[in-house]
Amino acid sequence: MASILVQFLNGLAAASTLFLIATGLSLIFGVTRIVNFAHGSLYMLGIYVAYSAVNAFQPAGPLGFWGGMLVAALAVGALGALIEILILRRIYQAPELFQLLATFALVLIIKDFALWVWGAEDLLGPRAVGLDGAVSIAGRRFPEYDLFLIAVGPLVLGLLWLLLHRTRWGTLVRAATQDREMVGALGVNQKLLFTSVFALGAFLAGLGGALEVPREPAQLFLDLSAISDAFVIVVVGGMGSIPGAFLAALIIGEVKAFCIGIGNVEILGVVVSFSKLTLVIEFVVMAVVLVVRPWGLLGRPQAIQRAAPSHIEPPLRPASRGLVAGAVVLGVALLALPAYGTAYNVVLMIDILVFALFAASLHFLMGPAGMVSFGHAAYFGLGAYGAGLLLLRAGFPMEAALVAAPFVAALGAALFGWFCVRLSGVYLAMLTLAFAQIGWSIVFQWDSFTGGSNGMVGIWPAAWLSAKPTYYVLTLLLCAAGLLAMRRIVYAPFGYALRAGRDSPLRCDAIGIDLQRIQWAAFTLAGAFAGLAGAIYAFSKGSVSPEVMAISRSVDGLVMVLLGGVQTLSGPAVGAAAFTWLQDTIARNTEYWQSLLGLTILVIVLAFPRGIVGFLAWRFGRAEEIE
Amino acid sequence: MNQGKAFLAVAAYALATCFAAPAAAQGTVKVGEINSYKRFPAFLEPYKKGWELGVDEVNASGGVLGKKLEIVSRDDGGSQGDAVRLAEELMSREKVAFISGTFLSNIGLAVSDFAKQKKVLFIAAEPLTDKIVWDNGNRYTFRLRPSVYMQTAMLIDAAVKLNKKRWAVVYPNYEYGQSAVAAFKKLLKEKQPNVEFVSEQAPALGKIDAGAVSQALADAKPDAIFSALFGADLAKFAREGNLRGLFKDRAVFNLLAGEPEYLDPLKGETPVGWYVTGYPWADINTPEHKKFIDAYQKKYNDYPRLGSVVGFSLVQTIAAVIKKAGSLDTEKLVAAMSGLQVETPFGPITYRAIDHQSTMGAYVGQIGVKDGKGVMTSFSYAPGDKYLPSDAEVRKMRPAQ
Repeated sequence: MASILVQFLNGLAAASTLFLIATGLSLIFGVTRIVNFAHGSLYMLGIYVAYSAVNAFQPAGPLGFWGGMLVAALAVGALGALIEILILRRIYQAPELFQLLATFALVLIIKDFALWVWGAEDLLGPRAVGLDGAVSIAGRRFPEYDLFLIAVGPLVLGLLWLLLHRTRWGTLVRAATQDREMVGALGVNQKLLFTSVFALGAFLAGLGGALEVPREPAQLFLDLSAISDAFVIVVVGGMGSIPGAFLAALIIGEVKAFCIGIGNVEILGVVVSFSKLTLVIEFVVMAVVLVVRPWGLLGRPQAIQRAAPSHIEPPLRPASRGLVAGAVVLGVALLALPAYGTAYNVVLMIDILVFALFAASLHFLMGPAGMVSFGHAAYFGLGAYGAGLLLLRAGFPMEAALVAAPFVAALGAALFGWFCVRLSGVYLAMLTLAFAQIGWSIVFQWDSFTGGSNGMVGIWPAAWLSAKPTYYVLTLLLCAAGLLAMRRIVYAPFGYALRAGRDSPLRCDAIGIDLQRIQWAAFTLAGAFAGLAGAIYAFSKGSVSPEVMAISRSVDGLVMVLLGGVQTLSGPAVGAAAFTWLQDTIARNTEYWQSLLGLTILVIVLAFPRGIVGFLAWRFGRAEEIE
Repeated sequence: MNQGKAFLAVAAYALATCFAAPAAAQGTVKVGEINSYKRFPAFLEPYKKGWELGVDEVNASGGVLGKKLEIVSRDDGGSQGDAVRLAEELMSREKVAFISGTFLSNIGLAVSDFAKQKKVLFIAAEPLTDKIVWDNGNRYTFRLRPSVYMQTAMLIDAAVKLNKKRWAVVYPNYEYGQSAVAAFKKLLKEKQPNVEFVSEQAPALGKIDAGAVSQALADAKPDAIFSALFGADLAKFAREGNLRGLFKDRAVFNLLAGEPEYLDPLKGETPVGWYVTGYPWADINTPEHKKFIDAYQKKYNDYPRLGSVVGFSLVQTIAAVIKKAGSLDTEKLVAAMSGLQVETPFGPITYRAIDHQSTMGAYVGQIGVKDGKGVMTSFSYAPGDKYLPSDAEVRKMRPAQ
């Protein structure tokens, strides 16, 4: 009994921190519709700045310590305002999700910045002044500071409620969350509103970070681990709902604490490790919640936003004769690459082609089908693992494994897709992420079958394909076939139905199209193409590990699509080429390559808010369609 | 900036970097090195300083084969696929004689398999996984650092001496932690059959919920704890465990916790009396270490971490193997690696012919606090060759070549 009580308190303390990060993200999304990928980075900065501030001010006594924390949170809030004014404000009119690219660039920049300023070593701050001991609860020692944290969560919740319900500013924020256009039409200064909301969200992230200083060291991994936790909580609670975020934080904090408290249990003779389950438990909770309640626990169906002009996608037109000729020339040039390129050109080109296919398969979902996936790496990974497992465990010949692997991915996509197509918008995206993480954790844990965290080695192509130029030609043919097949599908009646469903589900329904079935088929197809990319990738590297289906791979895919331009069909391939090549070149030539990559992406984002191909199409002749 | 100009600017930048080919140095011997510098800077920045110092020393004393030694280093960003691609790049574009480095076990294994496929020598500097020399060992791969098994074995004697009955274990949930705990359980049971493992916690790497984990461990009422935590997980665990009295009257064994990379951040929170493997740089008085530390501090005005020793010893290995082979031919290099003797700051080591593992050891001792900083007290050097399984066992694990 006593241990249950104490684990319950542990869960409450964890929930407070989770709530602080998530609530800021939720606020920002509610008002600005920005999926702020850099929110975890702001949290990380909160810890770092607070570490420095606390150490600098501590000689001034308790006031110095607690004041230092507040100063850190305020500084992060100010930085948030600066980011909104300097960067995000310029791209609100860009196609949906494009802002995600800018915040991704910020993640890279902030990480390198933190490394540059604070160095590589983990920085463990002092214990909280005045709360540095433990009290006895149920015969166990419980840290005083954790009791303080338990109080902070509800306190912040209460203050936010007052702010949103008892002030004019709060009323405006709630109105903007409901209907942004209308608020603008009524003459409210949107710029000020957006900046202040972003600053408040950043402040809360910074505060969440600062409050962790007495509990954990400042370190460079915090950004990504915090952002995934925060997304999960926001979505479980319902996007834009602050009480929802609180409830979700509470549930996830408690579930984790009890998984740890239960430890290993023997069920029907099998030892089940609940402790290991913490690897993925929040994503399991999220998947269950979204399947049962498609808008989160306390969320409401998203209000229909009147789309900005740039959000309406121009109808697709078949490629002009010039474009076809260009593509043929490019194809021939690529085919002949081994003849004139260096050996490394060929190696790099294999990666570029694989990612072009992967990005195009993601775009197939995001663009024509209008379903954003945050977990597309799952199918890339299933293809890669499918190839490896069929080769090594089932004894397939390499050629057969390569052919069969996309079907493994398609099977996975069909299974996950069945649930996902019942949702829409960000909820759909987050459910794909949840499934991807569940898939990842299975691969990560199943040592005897998938090789666990080490993955599998010895996945090499058959002898006749083992020379790099030969394998390159195979890759080129397969990827080109995949890209053309997807293009063909988009122009087929099936593709028209998909696009109709994206543009108006209601009318689509009215003319008798079973939209969910069509979307399900599209999801499965996209999974198969991603799986093909994954299988080619596995054989080109000779090994697979869980990293092929990690979140970072999904994010890379998104970045490639957005970089190229989500409203064009060739954009993803161009984006994949640009991103892969940039990363390769920059990483080789500079030490702080992450920030340089981030800056480069930021420049592209600000200069070409339609993506690279989107810009080219607009610049050269096709302007009338888009404007 | 209008969009047309911006596009031109980006295009110009792209072209410029495209043709910025690496400056080809004449008359050097190039060796490739791949690591996840930006992913694990805490370990790898000192490691890089270590190998840079090593290269300076080798070249000051005449280089190798009458030429200068050059390490061509690449950052794989922690990605296995990128590491393999960079290995290809190093071989085809930089024409390196062989490949070295890597930190993560999965990347180490992937590059090792690449080396086997392409028939090129690979000296794995840091990956700790036992598999790289045993289950997945191959003719072309050699490993410098003492493995998970070896470092665990180094702690066993002290654990047996304490004769504690009830043990709890906590480890990061991936292959390193799993095999450390498996080795610990097996070795301890062999010497102390009545031992009982009463609790097992496996938090995800970097995401330990230290309060809940400390509580769960304390509730199992163990006599002793074995931990394989490191980095931020270790710091959080130490703080929560201290606050909650988990370590009071309990013996704790923690792999790697004496390495400056992981010990230094603990500062005043360093738990006193833990048994650890590590590197007490300030208190090692052997002449070879003295020489190393003096040179290191002179060059960088900073103290070495364990990574620095690994990086430095890697270059010593590289220089020694080229000297012994007298050529850059892969087969000659591989033959020279077997049984190769190398002088390192930890004394002479040998790359065993039987499994390609070096006999580099680690320092074993207890930790304590001195002037608000964590230090290793009452330590001794555990030479690697004493903590490896018998040759018969090794042969059974390692595939026939």
